[in-house]
Amino acid sequence: MALNLGGRNGSKRRVRRNAHLSPRERSIELTLTLATWTSVLALGAVFGELLLGALPAFYSINIIDFFSGTVWNPSHPVYPLYGILPLLVGTLMVSFGAALIAIPIGLGCTIWLAELAHPRLKAIFKPALEILAGIPSVIFGFFALVILSEWIAVMFDPVTKLNALNGAIMLAVMMIPIMVTVAEDAMHAVPDSLREASLALGATRWETIRHVVLPASLSGIVAAVVLGFGRAVGETMTVLMATGNASMLHFDLLRSVQTMTAAIAIDFGEVEFYSEHYHVLFLVGLTLFVITFIINLLADWVTRRYREEY
Amino acid sequence: MDRRAREVVYFTFFRACALIVMLSLVVLIGYIATGGLERLSLEFLTEMPRRANTEGGILPAIVGTFYLMLIVVTVTVPIGIMSAIYLVEYEQSSWMGRVFKLAVYNLAGVPSIVYGLLGLGIFVVYLGLGFSLMSAGLTLSIMTLPLMISASQEAISAVPGSVREASMALGATKWQTILHHVLPYALPGIFTGMILSVSRAAGETAPLMLTGVAMSLQRLPDGFFDSFMALPYHIYYMATQSSDLIATRPLQYAAALVLLLLVLGMNIIAIVLRKRYREKYKW
Repeated sequence: MALNLGGRNGSKRRVRRNAHLSPRERSIELTLTLATWTSVLALGAVFGELLLGALPAFYSINIIDFFSGTVWNPSHPVYPLYGILPLLVGTLMVSFGAALIAIPIGLGCTIWLAELAHPRLKAIFKPALEILAGIPSVIFGFFALVILSEWIAVMFDPVTKLNALNGAIMLAVMMIPIMVTVAEDAMHAVPDSLREASLALGATRWETIRHVVLPASLSGIVAAVVLGFGRAVGETMTVLMATGNASMLHFDLLRSVQTMTAAIAIDFGEVEFYSEHYHVLFLVGLTLFVITFIINLLADWVTRRYREEY
Repeated sequence: MDRRAREVVYFTFFRACALIVMLSLVVLIGYIATGGLERLSLEFLTEMPRRANTEGGILPAIVGTFYLMLIVVTVTVPIGIMSAIYLVEYEQSSWMGRVFKLAVYNLAGVPSIVYGLLGLGIFVVYLGLGFSLMSAGLTLSIMTLPLMISASQEAISAVPGSVREASMALGATKWQTILHHVLPYALPGIFTGMILSVSRAAGETAPLMLTGVAMSLQRLPDGFFDSFMALPYHIYYMATQSSDLIATRPLQYAAALVLLLLVLGMNIIAIVLRKRYREKYKW
């Protein structure tokens, strides 16, 4: 840090750090520290709140049934069933579908942007990508609901008009800007000397990309994909509007599915406060939080590895 | 296949990918714009909704969204800037820095609907703010905090160390240095981050659904503890649950176009601002 004027020795610095500071300087530092703690507090609050809200569900329903149940029918008046599998499969189907579409297109786009694009085209494409990333998810959802579903109906003759494929395609469009931005950073970080060495040895530009640039930036690309996938898993409005919200367990991309996020968003409209259903929804939220948390840590871990390379 | 021919095939594929991405942006905006323009009018922006939103305008939704943005600006911006200053200029112990960075990073990845659950539990119920603008606004503020922090952090750490050293060498204290010599240079970058954070908040829907957004109101919110309409939720509601989905489609398009213009307008301002500022300060 540029302002570190204390001694070099860590333990000495700790003692002397504030010794020369006036009360005013010290109170400012304290205020700033408190402001920074807000983030830690917020993350703790998210986790604590989910845990607290979900806790009563641990007593009233069987947790093993919750994670292995194949029927999600919480509004049944006599025998409500809370099996998360239909929602989990719905989420994974839509997200993996989106990743399958977004990875080849996003990767191709990244290579074009990082290695081939003319600077002038690049100056147009990068802001355009940012604008695509800034479009609210409800607009994507609206587009999927009104227009994309019609196209899919014509092309694939699906079982239900709103289906998993509809959500997957729309999520892919949302994933691509995140993926490309992160992956392009990684490719940009590969030193030019590596490219020059490869070209000097007689490799074509494609061979250079394939055997030098891609392997060198692989962990960054993986991080980009994981990060994009994490966003897809947590996305609510797009899937809520695009996939039709029928919470049945199946693996057909052309049928309607309900994701975990959509179930929380919809069911909270009618749930009675502090009922069993209410607490189960918090448990679904907790499950979702844990999944995205793990995905994020994974992305962070991979990113840190590539940062160390150059 | 010949090496050169293979290269041509692959490069064509990459160009096609870039084209697809560009096209999807153009198609998306094009459809919303052409669909929305026919119904968009001054009356649509300035009138109250009538007959369960099937007639009239969307004024309460626009005003509600502006109120939300106002809350986000007043809460997120100061906390975000202070956190960024602390993280860049003060933070010295490595484990604390790791904790803060990890918190900010993970906060950015929390799904928006989970923020809704947080808002419901903490602001609506525990703090007793009820289903109100304040609950929703504070929820959105927490959600956009990581974006604000990382943008400000980037802007502050882009100011070269020599500026700080020169100031301190002349006898300025650390805070004087930050206030008078670091922040002025970082301000355009921080401002860009602010616009991006607020535009993110303006377009977010899911947290609102759990913190009290109303389906239809014939009046403007009466203070920060009143219920409210918001533009993105209005689009969702009209597109999926209004009494006549097909007949109100032009209204839905128009509302979507208004939101799109609002958010894209802010994004474009931010992008232009950042570009000009990068050209101005080349360290």
